[in-house]
Amino acid sequence: MEFMVSAENFWWIVPEIVVTACALLVLIVSVFDKGERVTTACGAICLVGSLTSLLCLLSIWGESADVFNGLYTIDPFGTFFKIIFVIILVLVTIISLRYTAREEILLGEYYTLLMLGVLGMMVMVSSNSFITIFIGLEVMSLAIYVLCGLMRDSVKSVEASLKYFLLGAFATAFLLYGIAMIFAATGTIDLKELNVFVSSRGFAATPVFLGGIALLIVGFGFKIASVPFHMWTPDVYEGAPTSITAYMATGVKAAAFGAFLRVFYTALLPLISDWSMMLWVIAVLTMVVGNVIALVQTNLKRLLAYSSIAHAGYLLIAFVAGDKALSSSVLFYLIVYTFMNIGAFTVVILLGRKGEPNEEIESYAGLAARHPFIALSMSIFLLSLTGIPPLAGFMGKFYIFSSAIKAHYYWLAVIGVLSSAVAAYYYLRVLMYMYFKEPERELGAVDLSPAYVIVILISIAALLYMGILPREVFLLAQQSVCIF
Amino acid sequence: MGQCSFPILSVLVFVPLLGAVTLLFVRREHESYIKGFTLVFSIIEFAISLPLYFYFDEKTTAMQFVEKLPWFPEWGISYYLGIDGISLLLVLLTTFLTILCVLCSWKAIETRVKEYYVTFLVLETAMIGTLCALDLVLFYVFWELMLIPMYLLIGVWGGPRRIYAAIKFFLFTMVGSVLMLLAIFALYFHYFKTAGVYTFDVLELYKAQVPIGLQYWLFAAFALSFAIKVPMFPVHTWLPDAHTEAPTAGSVILAGVLLKMGTYGFLRFAIPLFPAAAFAAVPLMSILALIGIIYGAIVSMMQPDLKRLIAFSSVSHLGYVMLGMFAFNMQGVEGSIYQMLNHGISTGGLFLIVGMIYERRHTRMIADFGGLSTPMPIFAAFFMIVTLSSLALPGTNGFVGEFLILLGAFRANKLFGILGTTGVVLGAVYMFWMFQRVMFGEVTKEANKKLVDLGKREVLILCSVVFFIILMGVYPKMFFKKMDSSVEGFLKFVKERNAQYLALEGAPSPVAPVKVAPVKVALDTGLETALDKLKNPEK
Repeated sequence: MEFMVSAENFWWIVPEIVVTACALLVLIVSVFDKGERVTTACGAICLVGSLTSLLCLLSIWGESADVFNGLYTIDPFGTFFKIIFVIILVLVTIISLRYTAREEILLGEYYTLLMLGVLGMMVMVSSNSFITIFIGLEVMSLAIYVLCGLMRDSVKSVEASLKYFLLGAFATAFLLYGIAMIFAATGTIDLKELNVFVSSRGFAATPVFLGGIALLIVGFGFKIASVPFHMWTPDVYEGAPTSITAYMATGVKAAAFGAFLRVFYTALLPLISDWSMMLWVIAVLTMVVGNVIALVQTNLKRLLAYSSIAHAGYLLIAFVAGDKALSSSVLFYLIVYTFMNIGAFTVVILLGRKGEPNEEIESYAGLAARHPFIALSMSIFLLSLTGIPPLAGFMGKFYIFSSAIKAHYYWLAVIGVLSSAVAAYYYLRVLMYMYFKEPERELGAVDLSPAYVIVILISIAALLYMGILPREVFLLAQQSVCIF
Repeated sequence: MGQCSFPILSVLVFVPLLGAVTLLFVRREHESYIKGFTLVFSIIEFAISLPLYFYFDEKTTAMQFVEKLPWFPEWGISYYLGIDGISLLLVLLTTFLTILCVLCSWKAIETRVKEYYVTFLVLETAMIGTLCALDLVLFYVFWELMLIPMYLLIGVWGGPRRIYAAIKFFLFTMVGSVLMLLAIFALYFHYFKTAGVYTFDVLELYKAQVPIGLQYWLFAAFALSFAIKVPMFPVHTWLPDAHTEAPTAGSVILAGVLLKMGTYGFLRFAIPLFPAAAFAAVPLMSILALIGIIYGAIVSMMQPDLKRLIAFSSVSHLGYVMLGMFAFNMQGVEGSIYQMLNHGISTGGLFLIVGMIYERRHTRMIADFGGLSTPMPIFAAFFMIVTLSSLALPGTNGFVGEFLILLGAFRANKLFGILGTTGVVLGAVYMFWMFQRVMFGEVTKEANKKLVDLGKREVLILCSVVFFIILMGVYPKMFFKKMDSSVEGFLKFVKERNAQYLALEGAPSPVAPVKVAPVKVALDTGLETALDKLKNPEK
């Protein structure tokens, strides 16, 4: 075999290169000074870089190519996910411009790590080989381990970082071991070759191979926060700086789902009967446990953490269904989920102050009377998470549950919708505090900085657009999964 | 004429929303301006809905004022509105009651006035949308959209236990409707499998051939969702709480329109989509309806709280609606639709009356009143008329509806008819007893002696209620002529379809029992083929 890398290959990865270059530029800039101004400048570089990358991504939309000797691939599926990541990067950067100043995280490296995390995510969803997936996963994870612990004075932040690192390393080991077992059984780590291998006539799934698949599910299951690999989620989400929580809750989940989908729908689809049962059980556990534990949460960040676990469960429903065309529902749901969650976490940030996070649900009491705009936007995000039309969350659930019904997974769908009715209770509880209760203490002035308001408005506009006119995005998602 | 190029239904659906959005930009200090604005908007809305009545072609069974635009053509989702004789009157009821609700909230709502009227207008959009939607997705969107404003109305402007009531209301309805969503999907994919087209168009889906086994499940899911909304016994428990805690206008709109969404859902969706299952469910639904009638009436008798009493009487009245509907004959179904309107007017009227007295005394306990007819003679007269209408005195609207329902029920099943009639007696008992305890006798409480009689606004509200009570009681033809052909068409359709299904299923016919067997297999009744084999072991 001859290995040749032509210069043309690099044209395809310009979006990744732009992100990396900006990350390095920020690193250089932040060497010189440490003040607020420099951090803001780093944020601006990050914003420009992510917008440029977004433009590059849009220009290669719809194209496909195998590059770097088949290790890496450019296709609408990967591009769709990359667009999600870059949108997340843009929104989180805008929030951070204000949030880092408030929390005194005056480090340019903050933005470097944000961008490197996104780089890892991009690599993960575009890999055609287990080894590149693994590299992407590690780049992403390492950046996030550090980001979680950036508030060095906060015990919770450091604890979150350590916990995430230890458990994450453990999960990565599982993933790696799974890859090794699959390699042992088949002799390849290339997804296309693997697909050829398992589709071949004489193929019989050996215990080693099935064990490998199981370990892959453990590894990915950890990153998407599915039950029983979810233990880290509430603590890490609560401890991490809130902007990073928003980044993790959306970005990591989307990236892990992207790689998960690509591996299981390209390489391992012929074995769907073997893995769908396992995922069925995980999906049910994830939805039920996530929603039930969320019922008793009093801290909003923890509540959103459990809700994000539950949403991983809904996403797994479409995954289990195994319908190639309808796997686009995962993509659609992820983009909707991104806007709902970033919006909700922005509101959480908005109500906090330095040293006074105001994350308890009680501190939302009477919000509607004091700050009708914040209360209304929070209601929109929460109702979208509940799945109430005409918000995009409804269309996402609509799409996911229809895929389950189409594949005749009736019980899965019934458990799913009933648990989403349970979820309505805890989302409404926040609404109830905001609208029905009187405040227990004075909330004080809220910093309605444009950085937050812009993100909130973008999220609301996106949710309304995708809820009322979902067609365009649906079709894009459908186009993306044509590769399967 | 029936068809007109002007998109009147869209205008009806979105005018309140436009009003709500406009109100958002009004400063909250201008309370009287906000109230006046909402009143004008609701009157305009009613004025727009009136031409529906006059231009409605009563000879055809087809949908009228139809508007259809593609929304998501690849999936067969369209923006599809239209009404027939069944929904026409409910739309008019909605626009009419909204005016009354705005008027009766004039003084009762003192906090967050702007938000209150915004919520109310959004609710109106959702209600009219639900009644006009002919696409299952569009219907579902409006159906779920009704939840939020109602949740807020109860939760923000309600009584002391409002939070409990609001959440209970929301969760009950939500559980029902999510299961319905799954049933909608199942029907949708099934239709695709048989017809090769993806569509959520209800009129298309009416033609679907659904195997009996599947039909039972789907009907059950739809019926559960609608039964919770109606509410039928035993899923009625959210209603007394919601009614008791809601502000007056909330109770009026809840009783007047929201409960009708359940019964309307049965007529428009559950029954015609799954006729065989609906016919098979007749005994079950009728018995539950009867339990509702009698149980609601008995519990009503024992209520110390006026609003709770009326809430349980709603359970009883809605039992009649369901009983008539599942009689599946002309009298029953027409009576049932008429009773929906009656209940909206009479029970709405009762809630308005309780609201007026609550504004004066800040209590709803029957024990706190007594002898009110002395200080409030005008009030007493109105209260009497509405009470009589609620217990179905001839000459009022209630009589026409209940009479037809009982006639229909009697024709369908004598026992059901007889049992249903006992509800009329019980109805008289609880209503009269309540009226006697509140209005007659000596004025025992000091606070009641100084009560002020009704003001002009209140007289105006009650006059319009009484006007309809009497109009619908003495000249029902005005309303029946609009629904006759639609109901006839509905009955003809469901009966034909049911007969078709029965033929397919192979009702035991003595002529050729063997030939039926293969069809049975196809219809997924494996048990019967097994029995067949047992009977003829040599085969």
